Amino acid sequence: MDVFSDPLNRDVYITGFLWILKLTLAGGAGALVLGVVLAAMRVSPIPVLRGFGTAWVNIFRNTPLTLIIFFCYFGLFSTLGFSVVDDIDLNNFWLGTIGLSVYTAAFVCEAIRSGINTVPAGQAEAARAVGMTFLQTLTIIVLPQAGRAVIAPLGSILIALCKNSTIVGTIGLMESSNAMKELINANGNAVVPIFLVFAGTFAIVLIPTGYAFGWLANRLAVKR
Amino acid sequence: MSDEALIVLDKVNKWFGPLHVLDDVNLTVAKGEVVVVIGPSGSGKSTLCRAINRLEPINDGTIIFDGKPLPAEGRPLARLRSEVGMVFQSFNLFAHKTILQNVMLGPLKVRKEKPAVVRERAMALLDRVGIGNQADKYPAQLSGGQQQRVAIARALAMQPKALLFDEPTSALDPEMVGEVLDVMTSLAKEGMTMVVVTHEMGFARHAANRVVFMADGQLVESAPPAEFFANPKSDRARDFLSKILTH
Repeated sequence: MDVFSDPLNRDVYITGFLWILKLTLAGGAGALVLGVVLAAMRVSPIPVLRGFGTAWVNIFRNTPLTLIIFFCYFGLFSTLGFSVVDDIDLNNFWLGTIGLSVYTAAFVCEAIRSGINTVPAGQAEAARAVGMTFLQTLTIIVLPQAGRAVIAPLGSILIALCKNSTIVGTIGLMESSNAMKELINANGNAVVPIFLVFAGTFAIVLIPTGYAFGWLANRLAVKR
Repeated sequence: MSDEALIVLDKVNKWFGPLHVLDDVNLTVAKGEVVVVIGPSGSGKSTLCRAINRLEPINDGTIIFDGKPLPAEGRPLARLRSEVGMVFQSFNLFAHKTILQNVMLGPLKVRKEKPAVVRERAMALLDRVGIGNQADKYPAQLSGGQQQRVAIARALAMQPKALLFDEPTSALDPEMVGEVLDVMTSLAKEGMTMVVVTHEMGFARHAANRVVFMADGQLVESAPPAEFFANPKSDRARDFLSKILTH
């Protein structure tokens, strides 16, 4: 454990996990918003929107995340010149966030769509019968109930997203896996402790996250 | 009950695949009239009821509500539905909303009325159906009869021109049927236009202006209840009545 008594090494460790935290929060927010919109498209009566939602899910769910993140860097940034900010680290963070969001949104969309299937058809029928439009029926009646039904699976997606965000390291961001690689390179005598600390940090944060989502799912479940 | 027609179905046809569920149905419901639709299961009476607010689109024919043909999908249809209250067999109260919210939601979101006005009207309606003291509970905490009375209050909150009842008591325990029928009877007496699909022959006898008998998608017979129950004209109606009235 001598490795982590050095303030410089501690800094590498903390910075790495701060990136992971930021990627998870920003990617999660983006994926949630996109995923809800995609799910709404997939159940909408308009064929073009349904087709768009289906295409999105099929493309991004079946493409390796590493490829998507690479594309964000080499395609969006290097070739097309798309950049969010001048700072290279921050720009990589945003490119990573875009990649994580579009990828994870496909999974969020499918979770919410399965949640929509748990809402009895009579709920939407009653909403239409009082005169609600399709969008009102969806946002006021169906999605709130569907969302509560899929809190636990959304928790699993969030946990996967958190671990997936290490892939942003492949385009140079000094997130936790790159930080670990750097520390291992410089401290060949302490490979196992370094590995255990990094893996343990994920476990310590993510295990309670899983339980918290399980607890929330129970608490917010719609009684029928 | 006036002579003015509120709901007019003209040569309405509907198929579910090869099944002809509505076969050239003609029916006129006057303002303030209470029409009870009876008939064996699968005769198309629920479909008829649901076609009136286009929860079931029809394949052929016309349905006119309050002088205007039913609009196709979109906002005009939503507006029409807001003027026709519907009460379902399975209540369909919004499971994630309280009783009071269930009743207030339509006027607030569809009509954009002021919350204070809506709340007052909703509480008055809940008191009227005898659920005022349960306003903050969720649907799952209420009995079936109570839920169905809330569903009626929810429909009334929109101040509809007509109410459709699709077998409102069929999913209820026997001891709860009466409380729902009481509410429906008092609405009928107040002059609400109602189309009621039901198996409650007692309600048909004492609350209906007219009984309509359906079989195999056809509207077979239409008569005032006293006449229909005493002298059914068609063989199918006689056969149906003999099966349900002998026990």
